[in-house]
Amino acid sequence: MVVVKRFVLQVHRKSDMSKAVVDLPPKGGFSFDLCRRNEMLISKGVHPPSFRKTGTTIVGLVFKDGVILGADTRATEGPIVCDKNCEKIHYIAPNIYCCGAGTAADTEAVTDMVSSQLQLHRYHTGRESRVITALTLLKSHLFSYQGYVSAALVLGGVDITGPHLHTIYPHGSTDTLPFATMGSGSLAAMAVFESKFREGLTREEGIELVCEAICSGIFNDLGSGSNVDVCVITKGHKEYLRNHQMPNPRTYVSSKGYTFPKGLTEVLTTKITPLKEKVEVIEGNDAMEE
Amino acid sequence: MDLNLDAPHSMGTTIIGVTYDGGVVLGADSRTSTGMYVANRASDKITQLTDNVYLCRSGSAADSQIVSDYVRYFLQQHTIQLGQPATVKVAANLIRLLSYNNKNMLQTGLIVGGWDKYEGGKIYGVPLGGTILEQPFAIGGSGSSYLYGFFDQAWREGMSKDEAEKLVVKAVSLAIARDGASGGVVRTVIINSEGVTRNFYPGDTLPLWHEELEPQNSLLDTLSLNSPEPMST
Repeated sequence: MVVVKRFVLQVHRKSDMSKAVVDLPPKGGFSFDLCRRNEMLISKGVHPPSFRKTGTTIVGLVFKDGVILGADTRATEGPIVCDKNCEKIHYIAPNIYCCGAGTAADTEAVTDMVSSQLQLHRYHTGRESRVITALTLLKSHLFSYQGYVSAALVLGGVDITGPHLHTIYPHGSTDTLPFATMGSGSLAAMAVFESKFREGLTREEGIELVCEAICSGIFNDLGSGSNVDVCVITKGHKEYLRNHQMPNPRTYVSSKGYTFPKGLTEVLTTKITPLKEKVEVIEGNDAMEE
Repeated sequence: MDLNLDAPHSMGTTIIGVTYDGGVVLGADSRTSTGMYVANRASDKITQLTDNVYLCRSGSAADSQIVSDYVRYFLQQHTIQLGQPATVKVAANLIRLLSYNNKNMLQTGLIVGGWDKYEGGKIYGVPLGGTILEQPFAIGGSGSSYLYGFFDQAWREGMSKDEAEKLVVKAVSLAIARDGASGGVVRTVIINSEGVTRNFYPGDTLPLWHEELEPQNSLLDTLSLNSPEPMST
């Protein structure tokens, strides 16, 4: 015995043109009402939100035992901060991480793509991934899109050939450097690096310098802010220090909390559309058998 | 401050390739710029294609890196198939084929230099557009504009290795002094029958030119001692 339940919708349709209220879209086909609404908004000067970018300060440096990567955690959509604590240090391989600046979707997608390609490659070769492999995959992809994939990356890792740090630009060019900065806050961070970097830093000195450079970006660049993420990669070991420093705590938090009593929001109109449940029982048909 | 950090990277650049008696000397500055910001002040614009052939890159950083990667790959295959080291002419022609056939998409000026046992030291210039020109010396990049007259005067046939290298270093440092898009350090690569030597000249060891020279006392100070008394009526 099969029981079929069918929901029947009561449709209210007002044919009066002055009100032009349609509760549900007309039967079948596409509805372009929102397109008309968008055009109307643009004609009134209201623009759609711009792409979500990671304004960003990202840095990397090579120290005595490996590589340290650092990033801020602010994601912006034009002038608005859309994420106060996003993750800009992306996983590529167990021994390779990549900081991303530019359009957030592009950096996420391209790093995920290369990460999965490298995992397949690891299965194929049976060996630990090399930083130069990730570099070549990223640069060929970005070059073939001629800069339209807006991803500026700081790639760092330690493999069998040693520690490596590279920068990759949206058009596909790469640089290999002992210390590097990218993003809108790169000038502020580079100023710190240029004055304080030296070869053979210890782990503590390296982390401190990276934090200082990111903080310089956080406080002096409008596109960067919130917290400092750090990732330390050494031979055979990696440490992802999420929110290693939080120099922007929320200071004004009401201890009473916020309450929203009923009746605070004015109700203008109420319309109830009941959905009628119609149950049909169909006789016959054998029950399902194993 | 129009700092467009998303601008494509160009290597403003000064690149030079010079033949001498027995080999070639390639030279370049080390500045990579994004608009008005120096993205890399210590880049290496002289990249290896094979053991005996090197390439100086200028123009778009991405385009020149990709072209050099492709040609390095083709030359590796070619060397295996040929059974002996590739000649400089083959390397230069591979560069030329990529540059010419993709001239609408690429923006890169290149100088190929190397040594092989058939022709000795050779320099080939492959500028924008994909022409190939075998030359006794070649200059390229934005800083080269300031060197045409200098080379007309200073270059001569049959120099020794040290003379050629000194010439290259002097030329690059002159261009760095005048061209805003060139700077940093001077890198040279010497290729001859014995092998390849890389040299590096930090910015502060380069000679100073023109406005950077120390101010000197005016010659007028010495002249005034001997000058006659002013006329009096």
